[in-house]
Amino acid sequence: MIEVSNLTKRYAGRTAVDDISFTVARGEIVGLLGPNGAGKSTTMRVLSGFMPASSGTVKVAGFDVFHDADEARRRIGYMPENNPLYPEMRVREYLKFRARLKGLGWRKSRERVDTVMQQCSLTDVSRRVIGQLSKGYKQRVGLADALVHEPELIILDEPTIGLDPQQIRSVRALIKSLAGKHTVLISTHILPEVEMMCGRVLIMLGGRVLASDTPENLQRRMAGGSQVIAEIAAPSEALRAAWENLAEVEQYDVSASDGAFFRCALTPLEGTDLRPTIFKLVRENGWELRELTRSRHSLEDVYVQVTKPNQEERE
Amino acid sequence: MSIFFALLRRELSAFFFSLTGYVIITAVTLVIGSTFVMLIRNLGTDPFSMPVTQLFFNSLMYWLLVILLAPVITMRLFALEKATGTFETLMTTPVGDFQVLAAKFTAAVMFYMIAWLPTLLSLIIVQRYTNQPRMDLGMVGGMYLGIFLSGSLFLSIGCLASAMTRSQMVAAVVSLAVGVILFILGFMAQVIPAASATQMDALFYFNIFKQMDNFTRGIVDLRAVIFYVSTTFLFLFLTLRVLDSRRWK
Repeated sequence: MIEVSNLTKRYAGRTAVDDISFTVARGEIVGLLGPNGAGKSTTMRVLSGFMPASSGTVKVAGFDVFHDADEARRRIGYMPENNPLYPEMRVREYLKFRARLKGLGWRKSRERVDTVMQQCSLTDVSRRVIGQLSKGYKQRVGLADALVHEPELIILDEPTIGLDPQQIRSVRALIKSLAGKHTVLISTHILPEVEMMCGRVLIMLGGRVLASDTPENLQRRMAGGSQVIAEIAAPSEALRAAWENLAEVEQYDVSASDGAFFRCALTPLEGTDLRPTIFKLVRENGWELRELTRSRHSLEDVYVQVTKPNQEERE
Repeated sequence: MSIFFALLRRELSAFFFSLTGYVIITAVTLVIGSTFVMLIRNLGTDPFSMPVTQLFFNSLMYWLLVILLAPVITMRLFALEKATGTFETLMTTPVGDFQVLAAKFTAAVMFYMIAWLPTLLSLIIVQRYTNQPRMDLGMVGGMYLGIFLSGSLFLSIGCLASAMTRSQMVAAVVSLAVGVILFILGFMAQVIPAASATQMDALFYFNIFKQMDNFTRGIVDLRAVIFYVSTTFLFLFLTLRVLDSRRWK
């Protein structure tokens, strides 16, 4: 659906996007993750056809966004950062106006506006002036605008920014419901959002794509370096000896917890799961076990790990 | 074409959705109304040798209005959309720069002409209740053509200024400055004695007062029409280039 190859965008003297390439398949929900100033918005602006690339090509549904701009734009629903709307217009009037701009006929635009208003639960406010709506409603108006011409690709630049938790939930649910029918590209710097909504993550930093994978795979990639925590009631020397003898344990640390329990932090060899072994050991020795966990790396750790070396490099 | 009308409708209605639109119309009506009242008082009951249209548009009041009105009307057009970001949503639809500019400019000109409509009432009153010489359709038509042409020029300057910045204030100040320069040029053309025939011809093009004077007497001078139309298109063309510049900047 999206083919980006060697895309570079330079502003006067500054490279915002530096030679990135990626593809997005039809029906995918892809999250563009990165700190502020990583080049997310610039990438999206080029994708939406608002600005041309300095070099490289961007194709949407096979159409070059610069040379076949009109054809590409008909297939893209774009909601820019901060969701700009005309505050003096009424919801229905605005959506109809937008539908007309996007080339829908009079009848068709009426029909589509009704559909998207229902889809985004805007029917109650259809005659209200946009400027007087709450932020959650405004956001949904923006989404409805992006959807109104039934685009194959929907590009949303930080769709949940500035909303309260309840509103964020409803907007997320709405975006999730688009999966399959539409291809969605979302930018955000909120990590749980990506974990919840996206089938794939592109991590951007300093204008480059540093990682591209499913959230699960990114986490798994980190799992090798994770730790297992076990709290066991046993003599500490016996525990130390046991860990010393286990070949799978690369590093261990035993510290006293409350009562007879000791807290053992174990680093396993890459690719092994220590938990069954520990359980077996405890059972054989007749010890007591009250906690056995593997510290799961969140996407946040992945993100921090991926983005860290480069930041140091830059400094 | 239907896209153009959708755009035009929005642009035109934007004037009436905001307070600015009504403030502009009120201000114009007030200024014109009071000027006419003064004019009629001064005229008294004796017939005057000049038609009322000519008397009014010879006053500096008209130029003051045009120079002030154009920036106020046009400053919003692009600057506001750039500031709020709607420029981005607008330009990512399959609508060309040309259509957007055409709709915005047309809306500005239409609103400007609407703001001048109350003058018609003043003319009718003068016609009906004073002994002034009859005004014919040519005079009235010429007057509105003059308003339209000179207004278009000043509005196109405003369009260009608004397209260049994201601040409405900057847009207004720039177009006001250019308007004043044009006004001064016209004033100089009026007072500087021409040394030769060619010089006189050249100066004529900048003599907006003389041109308007002709229009209000019902004389449509092709030179003036060409001057206004070509300069208007020049500024609109420049605006289009400025809009396009985001592609190569």
